[in-house]
Amino acid sequence: MTTLVQTTARKASQHWFLLVLAVIAIVSLVRIVSGTDDISSAGTIRAAIIATCPILMAGLGGLWAERAGVVNIGLEGQMILGTWGAAFFTYHGGPWVGVFGAMLFGLIGGLLHAVATVTFGVDHIVSGVAINLIGAGAATFLAEAVFPDLQGGGPRQLVGLESPSKITVPGVSDVSLDIAQKGWFFVSDVAAFIGALTTSLSTLSIVVFALVGLSAWILWRTSFGLRLRSCGENPQAAETLGVNVYFYKYVAVLVSGGLAGIGGGFLALVASSGFNTGQTGGRGFIGLAAMIFGNWSPGGLIAGALTFGYTDSLRLRNADAVHALLLLLGIALLAYAALRIVRALRAGRETQGSWRSGLGIGVVGALLLVWYLSTETVPRDFTSMTPYITTLLVLALGAQRLRMPAADGLPYRRGSAG
Amino acid sequence: MNASVRLRAVGMALLAPLIAVVVAVLATTLVIAAAGSSPGDFWTAMFSNPLPRIRVNIVNQTAMIYIAAVSAAIGFRMGLFNIGVEGQYTIASFAAASFAGAAYLGGFLNVVVALVVAVVVGAAWAGIAGILKTTRGVSEVISTIMLNAIAVTLVGYLLNRYGVHGGNTVRTKKIPDSSRLDGYTPYLPRDGQVWMLVILAVLLGVGFWVLLTKTRFGFDLRASGQSETAAVASGIDPKRMIVIAMLLSGGTAGLIWMPALFGGAGSYGTSFQVGLGFTGLGVALLGRNQPLGMLFGAVLFAFLTAQSNTLTFSTDISPSIVQITQGVAVLAVVVAYEVVRRWRSRLEQRVVASELEPAGAGA
Repeated sequence: MTTLVQTTARKASQHWFLLVLAVIAIVSLVRIVSGTDDISSAGTIRAAIIATCPILMAGLGGLWAERAGVVNIGLEGQMILGTWGAAFFTYHGGPWVGVFGAMLFGLIGGLLHAVATVTFGVDHIVSGVAINLIGAGAATFLAEAVFPDLQGGGPRQLVGLESPSKITVPGVSDVSLDIAQKGWFFVSDVAAFIGALTTSLSTLSIVVFALVGLSAWILWRTSFGLRLRSCGENPQAAETLGVNVYFYKYVAVLVSGGLAGIGGGFLALVASSGFNTGQTGGRGFIGLAAMIFGNWSPGGLIAGALTFGYTDSLRLRNADAVHALLLLLGIALLAYAALRIVRALRAGRETQGSWRSGLGIGVVGALLLVWYLSTETVPRDFTSMTPYITTLLVLALGAQRLRMPAADGLPYRRGSAG
Repeated sequence: MNASVRLRAVGMALLAPLIAVVVAVLATTLVIAAAGSSPGDFWTAMFSNPLPRIRVNIVNQTAMIYIAAVSAAIGFRMGLFNIGVEGQYTIASFAAASFAGAAYLGGFLNVVVALVVAVVVGAAWAGIAGILKTTRGVSEVISTIMLNAIAVTLVGYLLNRYGVHGGNTVRTKKIPDSSRLDGYTPYLPRDGQVWMLVILAVLLGVGFWVLLTKTRFGFDLRASGQSETAAVASGIDPKRMIVIAMLLSGGTAGLIWMPALFGGAGSYGTSFQVGLGFTGLGVALLGRNQPLGMLFGAVLFAFLTAQSNTLTFSTDISPSIVQITQGVAVLAVVVAYEVVRRWRSRLEQRVVASELEPAGAGA
């Protein structure tokens, strides 16, 4: 499924609908063959959406920054700052003030990164590493300093926070959940999806997906976005056209930090009922992985975040379903490999690399199938590795198809266009 | 004229760490004041004379942080960001502890082979990133971040599956008593020991210096780090250098926790100290990847961490404040180096310009 989804990103405009249908069909088939209903139950999908949102926010943060040419591996630290900000501000002013607080704290992390990388031209990775240290340290310290005095708080946590309201669409919700229970091929899976979307869906989840759409529109449909992206592709050229590169880089990195902060806020307010030290658990890095996986595009990012969020939720809900996931992944990889090989054969000799990587993907898929058939269960821990291993595989096998912004991570100084 | 310029340049080089320390102190003071505690109490506690127990702890911590810094610096010198030090030493420590705990060998031989295991496993884990970079062009930053997460999960799984469970904790088998290394006891026995394998840090520091400045390989490494095209032109194979540098860096990372394993912990479990890899990255940056500079950084970080434990007794400030100090110091130092570098190049430009002017023009 993972690599299929990547193709989705590539041809998003034309084929996404057909591909979604195909994915649902495969999922449905796997559900029936393996007999694990949890693989596409409404509960799993709801959990998957909740697990996806923080990853999506971190990834979107990464997308903004990298589109403007700044690598932000400080996302993790900014996210951690966001969890603290969300908890503190929610305690004092309710959930939406909390979301604002999360954004504000993420923004502070973003500002540090912007000052270091844009104004002072520090290496982006170095600054990101430092910001992760600062973010983790600051959140731990502030929690220990502030939260023990608050109700429901302790040195490492603040629980009992109010969540943003949840929406249930009456009627639609009951009907679709009913159909989802029936276990019909395809229909029940679609119904489960609709059911999950119409039953106690957090308003913050809606905001998160809306932010992705809004970002895509701003970055690709407005002149502001075009200028911002030009700073990531060729800042010197942008400068000669009168674009204030520093300004756009600052905006991008600040937005990046703010979004990562909101992702942290989501973790504290929706995904769990409060702040915990170490709550992010590397989700900032997973967000970064989702963005790379999605080839620096919003559609691909959503696909990547959903994939990682889905596997994560499956792991927590039902260990057996993880086993079924092997079958799903195996079939999907084989299908994708076949597609690539056929395409490569049709295109002729010059696509030998594509042919070979298609073969590589096919072998991986076949191995997964063998694994599925020869075992009864998969250790839970292996699922939590999925995002990382997937990203490594995507990078290793599809590196020539990935294209990051041309001047991503490169230093830029005003006046360097000569 | 020239001598004074050089003097100023040296002053500027020392200026950067100074600025960083000042900024870190200011930021820490501000945060403490903002949290409603007394910065005065904090600095008094931090700069009080360390207790004997803490002094021993500072030495031990310095050694481990220093090894981590050397590991990161090998990569940095080559222009590689080995963010994966953390994962490499996690998985290597687990492997070495498992091997030593299984007691296939006895006494000192067990220790030596376990160290070799640690080096090999650390190098292999880093080697994955090196090979992905040279064969598939995958950025080592991303691949090592991914490998960190995989290492932590993998070790968690293996420990859970094959470890010794007791109560809520799980650990590898204890290493046999004959393989425990007796360290140096400077004070009373209850104040603890300076671990024997602290000597590894000294050896690696000297080794790193010799490697960089006295060998052909060190020259190649620095050359490739500074300009790949120049390196290629002088007959260096950059791909080979990348793989070797990653292997060396990962192998060194494998040794980070070994002093603690054979000196105190005795097994891999809750006693394992996480985060040393990232601390090491910070210290390498702070010390400019120079053997002596990193020693200064390692002592500073170890001092801050160890002394912060006294905060719980004498103040209401939580010890985690020093994490902020450390993070700010790292960020401030890289910014300060950049600022100083810009000043310096402007200064040099001015000097060159004035020297090129005709003598009679009045320079």
